[in-house]
Amino acid sequence: MREIRRWPAAELAGRIKKREIKAGEAAAAYLEQLRTAEPELNSFITVDEEGAMAQADRIQALVDRGEDAGPLAGVPVAIKDNLCTRGLGTTCASRMLADFVPFYEATAVERLRAAGAVILGKTNMDEFAMGSTSETSAFGPVKNPWNTAHVPGGSSGGSCAAVAAGQSLCALGSDTGGSIRQPSSYCGVVGLKPTYGTVSRWGLVAYASSLDQIGPIARNVEDCALLLQAISGGDRRDSTCLGREDTDFAAGLTEDVRGLRIGIVSDYFDQGLDEQVASAVRRAAGILQRQGALVEETALSLAEYAVPAYYTIACAEASSNLSRFDGVKYGYRAGAQEGLHAMYRRTRTEGFGTEVKRRIVLGSFVLSSGYYEAYYEKALRVKALIVKAFDEALSRFDLLLGPVSPTTAPLLGNTGENPLQMYLSDIYTVSVNLAGLPAISLPCGLDAEGLPIGLQLIGRRFGEQTILRAARAYEKACGGFALSPMAERGQEAAGSEEGRKRDEKSPDGTEGKGGMPA
Amino acid sequence: MAQEITDEMVDSLEILAKLDLSGEERKRVKRDLGQMLDYIGRMNRLDTEGVEPLYHVTSQVNVFREDEEEGSAGREEILAGAPEAMEGCFRVPRTVE
Repeated sequence: MREIRRWPAAELAGRIKKREIKAGEAAAAYLEQLRTAEPELNSFITVDEEGAMAQADRIQALVDRGEDAGPLAGVPVAIKDNLCTRGLGTTCASRMLADFVPFYEATAVERLRAAGAVILGKTNMDEFAMGSTSETSAFGPVKNPWNTAHVPGGSSGGSCAAVAAGQSLCALGSDTGGSIRQPSSYCGVVGLKPTYGTVSRWGLVAYASSLDQIGPIARNVEDCALLLQAISGGDRRDSTCLGREDTDFAAGLTEDVRGLRIGIVSDYFDQGLDEQVASAVRRAAGILQRQGALVEETALSLAEYAVPAYYTIACAEASSNLSRFDGVKYGYRAGAQEGLHAMYRRTRTEGFGTEVKRRIVLGSFVLSSGYYEAYYEKALRVKALIVKAFDEALSRFDLLLGPVSPTTAPLLGNTGENPLQMYLSDIYTVSVNLAGLPAISLPCGLDAEGLPIGLQLIGRRFGEQTILRAARAYEKACGGFALSPMAERGQEAAGSEEGRKRDEKSPDGTEGKGGMPA
Repeated sequence: MAQEITDEMVDSLEILAKLDLSGEERKRVKRDLGQMLDYIGRMNRLDTEGVEPLYHVTSQVNVFREDEEEGSAGREEILAGAPEAMEGCFRVPRTVE
């Protein structure tokens, strides 16, 4: 069983297609590890054991009939719980959607299934993807598999923790201001935020529509490329999706970085950056240089304005997007109220958590008459300058290199009362979303406490191939990335109850129907 | 200088955001909003004279497609998720006297 979990996605799919192992065996191996680690991590909100085994059986039937079972045949994937899955609860880690079961499927999920992937369940996250620690979840916080006293980052903390702990081979996340890259960094996995418009957002519960992108989270670069390839491409249901045709990310994956021009963003190494993170990132730059890349320092400027502009724009869009949660069409509704407006207000007051309300209030303010120009429009002007600064830097460099986050994963329970501190953990990631660029987070070492450090490579618009090539070169020079010790731990403690169906948790963080084995 | 958040401002935000902000929550909103506005107000240090607001990073303007008839979700599927439904419709509290 443990050996199955060592194989990367392409190898696992290959072995299933060659009938060396059955798709059901792979699914069972991961489900077992999922159950073993779950009581410590809380990385899942819903585990769909029944659905996963059924999909594995369908894949196996295709293989047995000699039909093409897809590039991800039998590959276990975990899905962030803000992506709609038909017939499977999609909560956004909010009380508001605790009982919401979509009757349609997100395009990215539909494509994964079509590629043969087996969906294990839905991962825990910050409520409506608003947070950087996965502590704002109504289903309780996620723990970091490298050290469970620490956060996994956020908002895709459950997806990243699940991959790092070997609960799933890979996962989908969403990234509005760093929500794939920052938890990937904290959990020591590979996470990519694609160019805006690469992956259809249809079926992704919207946070800030001009910034949101769905992306892959994996344990190595090739798996990341495979997953990205599976979910990319045009979709008439999302008019911002660009219909790119250069999505052959895995086949085109080479590791030659000779002559590649890489700019180290010097502003990111100013005050506020942890020294251990700084030296690990510089060491990584040195490795790419020894592989033949031309590495030099460059200034990007405007870094200090990125977070203010990001929060203004993201909260403005969120206040508009989340107005759909009104207790009428789906989701939570507060008990008997006098009149429609009272019902709206009580429903939203009771259904949303503190951080979500904080952002809706800020967003409503910056869009309100008298403040719109001073805040929202100002932020859009700042965004224009940030885009220009990136364009300028990326005309001289093929890639920009820097840290993902100023520190490694903080301790749990430290950010609740100080949102500004949490927002600053996204200082190196938000500007990439404002500019709509692609970027990856790669593991680049551990700090003195044994917590992972992340390296960020930022590419030009549509520059995923270049990012993946440099990432692959770096990965190879390092001899590959290690998963957390938890992924390697024995499975003797695993419960193996028969006939257990779907485990669902209730929004106060306690375990509900089914329950997880201790 | 800190932007003062008055009770009148919170009253108006309650209406815009469709939230009840009372008691402790109101106090917290006033404090947090003040802090956030101080922080995002930093943008004013940057001269953006002559810079046009940038709404979207892609150059797309309108994306058209053929107006073709296609199926959509059924009424029952949609109503299955509603907090309250009656006779094939969403049910809401009384809106007119």
